[in-house]
Amino acid sequence: MARFSGGLKPTLRLLVCALVVLGLLSLLTGAAGFGVPDPFILWQIRVPRTALALLVGAGLGLSGAVLQGALRNPLADPGLLGVSGCAAVGAVGAYYWGYAALFAPALPLGGLAGAALGCGALLGFAGRAPSGPSLILAGVALSAFAASMLALALTLAPNPFALAEITFWLMGGLEDRTLMHLWLAAPPIALGCALLLRLGRRLDALALGEATAASLGVPVGATLRIAAAGVALAVGAGAAVAGGIGFVGLVVPHLLRPHVGERPGALLLPAMLAGAALLTAADLLARLGPLALGMGQEPRLGVLTALLGAPFLVVIARRVAP
Amino acid sequence: MITLQNFSASLGGRVVLHDISLAVGPGEFVALCGPNGAGKTTLLRAMAGLLPGGTPQPRTHAFVEQGARCAWGMSIGQVVALGRIPHGDRNEAAVEKALADTGLTGLRHRRIDQVSGGQARRAMLARALATSPQCLLLDEPVADLDPAAAHRIMALLARFAAAGGSVVAVLHALDLCTRYATRMVVLDDGHILADTTPHEAMPHAARAFGLDVGIDTMPRLLPPAHTG
Repeated sequence: MARFSGGLKPTLRLLVCALVVLGLLSLLTGAAGFGVPDPFILWQIRVPRTALALLVGAGLGLSGAVLQGALRNPLADPGLLGVSGCAAVGAVGAYYWGYAALFAPALPLGGLAGAALGCGALLGFAGRAPSGPSLILAGVALSAFAASMLALALTLAPNPFALAEITFWLMGGLEDRTLMHLWLAAPPIALGCALLLRLGRRLDALALGEATAASLGVPVGATLRIAAAGVALAVGAGAAVAGGIGFVGLVVPHLLRPHVGERPGALLLPAMLAGAALLTAADLLARLGPLALGMGQEPRLGVLTALLGAPFLVVIARRVAP
Repeated sequence: MITLQNFSASLGGRVVLHDISLAVGPGEFVALCGPNGAGKTTLLRAMAGLLPGGTPQPRTHAFVEQGARCAWGMSIGQVVALGRIPHGDRNEAAVEKALADTGLTGLRHRRIDQVSGGQARRAMLARALATSPQCLLLDEPVADLDPAAAHRIMALLARFAAAGGSVVAVLHALDLCTRYATRMVVLDDGHILADTTPHEAMPHAARAFGLDVGIDTMPRLLPPAHTG
């Protein structure tokens, strides 16, 4: 393993091909089975679901690569910053107080509001000149707060159905999403990704530590703030429409490093594409599984991503270990 | 050119540097010596513009921190190319020259986490050289290197200074200072005790460390002939 295998361009080509194939398969697969659907179903059900899987996955994969690079920590995961937890609190709040029943967009809007508040709190906690550790600590504090608020909502749930509904939503999923969800989530995710994709060179410099990066002219504090804001936009908006989907952000950079090398900047574009591919594949599996096995209920998407991702991570960890 | 005028600094409420005035010009190789906690690293960071309120000068002042390492298993070639970030280009010639000067051309595709400590240390120095800087600011560039590797790095720094660059290096190996540096600054408890040639500064350095200066007839390791 002295030399790199694979390379950036072949990996990118492979990922683009995988995205096209997975996207088409996703458009052709539904609860009713496999085949070309009628235009209404295509536009109202399949397109939003496929586009959301691609977008949310892209945001998660890219956020994971940026956070691991910015914090120089291979364990960093977008969930670490607590913004997806805050999005969940916002969405659950909208559900809990009954706004979601009165007004359909209330749930994702609540999630977006939660993510925005969480992002503001995160940047506030981390201070004017954040460093990696201060950002992590602020994120852990925010995660703990969000987790306690969610637990509170669950214990105070008005009835068992609400309890089941909230728990279900927290496990993440993309079924029954509409074009409305897509229009709400797409702009923040796109903006977040645009912010994050431009950080490549700065993340390369941060590989040498914050002092050395500063000596190379990289504004370390501003870079960390942009990274946190971009992750909050991309992941928070994703969590607002898709619920809690873990593991994609953590595992995608690890899947790619053996093929494109470990330079953080080189990982960003592949991680975005691979995140989109992974989530689309998981969502496809969530629909195909019940069809093939005759189950009545789709497995939750967040459950599937972790089920798929965990074995991969174990294999990689065994290969990396000295 | 590096200039500090009546510079003081404190860390966590404790004054670490007292009223330091220091100027380093082209062609000088300054060894910064003193006991642990004397303020050497803080002084070096001040020269690099890395203390709060300071301004780094990425195009001219290249800084290598103590125990510099790369968080990821990048190739040595990729690490050295990071030195071009301040210029925003990918000047291959500068990167090639830095690799050649540090003897790393043949190792450019090796992962930096899979080479020896001395090779990784040379890669960090090459990264600084790739910026084509006027000043090199180095915190213990030869700590934890074997004697031959230390001599090679010191000779490289002396050549950089002889070619018109400025070098400021925190060093603990006083025999290396007397052999290669043109000037020695002895720092103790945030004050400059001596700022003169390494030979004249030696008694002050000995006092700062609580040691004696004398003639030692023990056999010594000499540098490899070609590093002179």
